[in-house]
Formats: sequence, structure tokens, C-alpha cells
Amino acid sequence: MRGPAGPPLLEIQGLSKNFGGVPALAGVSFPVHGGTVTALIGPNGAGKTTLINCLTGVVRPDGGRILFQGRELAGLAPHEIAALGVARTFQNLRLFPRLTVLDNVLLGLTPQAGVSLAEALLRTPRLRHRERRLKLAALEALDAFGLGGKADWPAGILPYGDKKRLEMARVFVSQPALALLDEPVAGLNSQETAEVAGLIRQLRRQGRTLLLVEHDMDLVMGVSDVVVVLDGGRRIALGTPEEVQRDPRVLEAYLGRMSVTA
Amino acid sequence: MRPDPATRLRWFILRHRTGLTVWLVAVLLALVPLAVRNPYQLGLLNLIGIYAVAVLGLNLFIGYAGQISLGHAGFFGLGAYGSALLTVHGWLTPWPALLLTAALVAVLALFLGLPTLRLHGHYLAMATLGFNYIVHLVLVQWDAVTGGPSGISGIPPLGVAGFTFDTELRFFYLVWGGVLLGVTACLNLMRSGVGRGLAALAQDEVAAATLGVHVRREKVRVFVLSAVFAAVAGSLYAHYYHYVNPDGFSIFKSLDLVIMVVVGGLGSVWGTLLGVMVVTLLPYYLEFLEAYFDLIHGLVLVLILMFLPQGLVTGLWDHLRLTWARRRVAGRGEAS
Repeated sequence: MRGPAGPPLLEIQGLSKNFGGVPALAGVSFPVHGGTVTALIGPNGAGKTTLINCLTGVVRPDGGRILFQGRELAGLAPHEIAALGVARTFQNLRLFPRLTVLDNVLLGLTPQAGVSLAEALLRTPRLRHRERRLKLAALEALDAFGLGGKADWPAGILPYGDKKRLEMARVFVSQPALALLDEPVAGLNSQETAEVAGLIRQLRRQGRTLLLVEHDMDLVMGVSDVVVVLDGGRRIALGTPEEVQRDPRVLEAYLGRMSVTA
Repeated sequence: MRPDPATRLRWFILRHRTGLTVWLVAVLLALVPLAVRNPYQLGLLNLIGIYAVAVLGLNLFIGYAGQISLGHAGFFGLGAYGSALLTVHGWLTPWPALLLTAALVAVLALFLGLPTLRLHGHYLAMATLGFNYIVHLVLVQWDAVTGGPSGISGIPPLGVAGFTFDTELRFFYLVWGGVLLGVTACLNLMRSGVGRGLAALAQDEVAAATLGVHVRREKVRVFVLSAVFAAVAGSLYAHYYHYVNPDGFSIFKSLDLVIMVVVGGLGSVWGTLLGVMVVTLLPYYLEFLEAYFDLIHGLVLVLILMFLPQGLVTGLWDHLRLTWARRRVAGRGEAS
């Protein structure tokens, strides 16, 4: 593990969530340090997506704390958490199919776009200036994620791989303090997966902090600094990819059932 | 190197296309009375203008933000009666009456919207329908204040510094000026972060929220805004006809307003004008079918929603956009 300097960016402490009496998360704790890629793995039903939903306010946790830059996130609404600089993708794409590709990315800048209704109705010079700045940022993000030239397409008609990258562009356009990627390569072929791996490494070099939920072990072992393993709503391991792969509990619960080639 | 004048003109047009369109339409509208001199026909255009103001607001709520209201004729009626009552008794002059009425309707819409906008789909439709039903009932039954079924007459016209908008021609410029202001406000809203948030929550509330859209607040705000549009339209109605009665503000009028939105196209600002025109003029051109109007309106609504769920204009426009995009992709494929 890399030696962390100072307190972690995100500290999850004893997080629990029950759905109708069935525990999806049972006291999960782990830190995410700034500038690292942390991967969250585990068999289906381990609680990975529930954890991401708790972090983004989509689901309200029953117990535990989520400290982000020293602030408690548990109990905040999704839009409040977004305004603090936490952005995410969804396991099953959640783009706005009828909006253009550009508008989809611009929505990633919602906290920067202003909320005054009067300003919007009058289209004040201040708003016009800001919109121009946001549009430039959005177009740059589209270029960075290989979607330049498709800005005015309705997002719904993009091929699947482009949609995946559009969702990532929407996350990173705001330069979030923490990016949560829920299965970024699910459904992609090996070449597209390699491209996404390259993007993740590049984002890490730029100092971004990523928390990644992924089933693709090659990707996880190839890009992560830290791997957290969940099983049945509990954390069963935490360490570098090498440590986790040697951990007998992990092998038993999870990796033992898969061929590990990393 | 400076680009040549033709290129710069193209950039200018491209960059200001929305504003230029509004100016072009303004000029065309200003010229309409040269071609339409018949007061009866001008009167029809004025009625279209009044409804257009209301439907522009309703289209923001239904078409753009993806919600449903079957109660906007209620706000329309409250606007008309508010202006009527405040001016007939000499309490206020027409303009302050219009502003005060709009403000009161905004407050009412806020208190109505806070609980009802937690509802979705059919439930929201029923809640707004119930609101409209109550408004209509009060207008009919509260004789002492509203004049009951016979309504209120003798409402003064709007005016500016001694100039009153009391002829068809004068009112034409007033109401269509108002329509253009409304169009501009809607187009502005759609090109802002607030507008994008509304379009986003219409399609996926969870995704919109995680991107930072305050879904509940935005829904209430657009509901209040649309109610204010309807109230202003109602005030214009009262000051134009100098007379109001409850007939024009029943739940069936609300349904007509929704049909105008759908014919014009969900979320289409310019389409709204077309939708209002078609639905308002249809009865005048199909007079021989008068007994079947409710049937025809219902049929139009069902057919459009079945085959073009985004509404007539938006649906066709989306279809074209998709065809062009596909053709471009196909063209690129051949070239490589």
C-alpha cells in the first residue's frame, strides 16, 4: 500500500444498510486516499452497488458514517453530495437519451451552472459568459474521451461503447474530488476495455481519486492501488492487488472461483 | 488571418440564431395586421395570443420538465377573476392588478405544488384536476363575490399613459408582444443550467439528482412559473373581453390546454404557437362537426400520443434529426 499522507479523502466507518431485514451492508469500513485508485470487488450481492448508492445519497444508510473531506455525507440529499464534488457513473448507463451528447456532459457541470431562475429567464450577460465557459469545458471533455464531433447527436443513438465513455466524460468534466465508477467496462470488448484502462491510468496520473466497482479482474489488478473485497455485506480483505490475490479468505470467497491471470 | 466577411456573417448567424429567429418572427407579426384587416379575424388571433401565453408556461411544465397538469385552466381562471375583481371595484388600475394577481397565484401554486409534486403520473394528474374542479366550483357558487354563472362585466381595458388597448388592432400588438416576451423567456430558460436540469429530471430523476439537480425544488419552481404564465394570460383575457364567466375555466379547458401542448410538441417553444393555433381554429373551420368536438379533440390526442408520443412538432423534428444523424454516419462509413 502507498503510504498515505494526512487523513484520507473518504473514510467509511461501520456502514450498514438493510433491505427488508436482509443486510446488504453490515458494518463496512475502509478509507480512500486522495490521488489513488481504489477498487471495490466481490461476488454478486456483496453490497458494492449499495455502497456506491449510500455514498451518493441515492440510498440512505441505516448506520455508520461516511466522512468526505471531514464532512458527514450520510443523510445528505444526492444533489448536496454532488455539489461537494462527488460524481458517479451507473452500473446500467443512465444517460439522458433525448438530450444531445453536449447537454449530457454539461449536466455534469450542474453545480457550476447556477440556480437562479431569474438569471436563466433573462439570460443575463453573466450567465451567457458562464455558459460559454462551461460549453468549452464540456467540448474539451468530449475530445478527451474520444467523442469530439458527436456533440450535437442525441445521446440515445450512440453505440454502446460511446455511451460508456460519455458517462465517464460527464463525471470528469467537473474535475470531481472523488469519482465513483460502477462497472465502467461491463459489456465492453477487450479492446474497449483496454482503452478504458488507459483512461483510468491517465486520470490517476492527473491526480484524480477514483473508487471503482468492477468485475473485470484484469482491469482491477492492472489499475488499482488498493483493492477492497466485500462478501455478504462485509469487508473481508483490504490491500494491494498482490496482497489481496494471495489472501486465502478472498481466494475462498471469490477469486477461487475465477481464473486469475493478472 | 481574419476570416472573410461571408464566413464571419455565417458565424454571427449561427451564434445568434435563437435571438435572430425571435426578431424575425417579431417583424413578421408586426406586419400581420397589414394582411389581416378584418376585426373578427384579428380577434381570433388575439384569442390565440392569450392562450399561447398560458400554453407556453404549461409546455415548460409538461413538455420540458415531463410533469402533468390537468388544472391550468384553474390558474387561468384565477388570473382572469383576480384582475376582474381588483379593477371592477376600482381598487386597482389594470397593470398593478395583473401583477398582484400573478403574485397571488404564484403563492397559491407554491402551496399547491409543495405537496402535490411529490406525486407522479396519474396521481399528479388527479390532484391538479381536483384543484381545477374546486376553482370552477367556487367561481360558479360564490355568487356574492364572483357573480356566479353570470360572471363579472365592465372590466376596464389595459392602457399605458392614456393610450388604451381597446381595439382589436391595439390589443393584437399588446398580446403578441407578450407572447414574444414569453417565447424569449422560455428559450432563455432552456439554454441555461436550470433548463437542462428540468430536461434531465424529466427523463431520469435519480440520475439528475446525482448530477446536482435539486429535483423537488426545480419541479415546484417550474410549476409556479407555469401558473404565473397562465395567470397573466387570464388577466389579459379579462381586460380584452371586459367580461368573465366560469365557462372558460372548467376542467375541459384544462384538457384543451394540454391538447395544445401535445399538438405543438412537448418542449417545443415555437411548436406551442402552432399547437394553440390549430386547436383554437379547428372549431371555426369544422363548424358542421360542432356536436362532436370533444370526440375530435380526444381522437387527436390519442392518435398523437400513440404514434408521436413526443407530440406532433417535436415528434416529427426528432424523427428528422435521427434520420439526418443516421445518414451522416452512413456517409462517413462509405467515405472511409
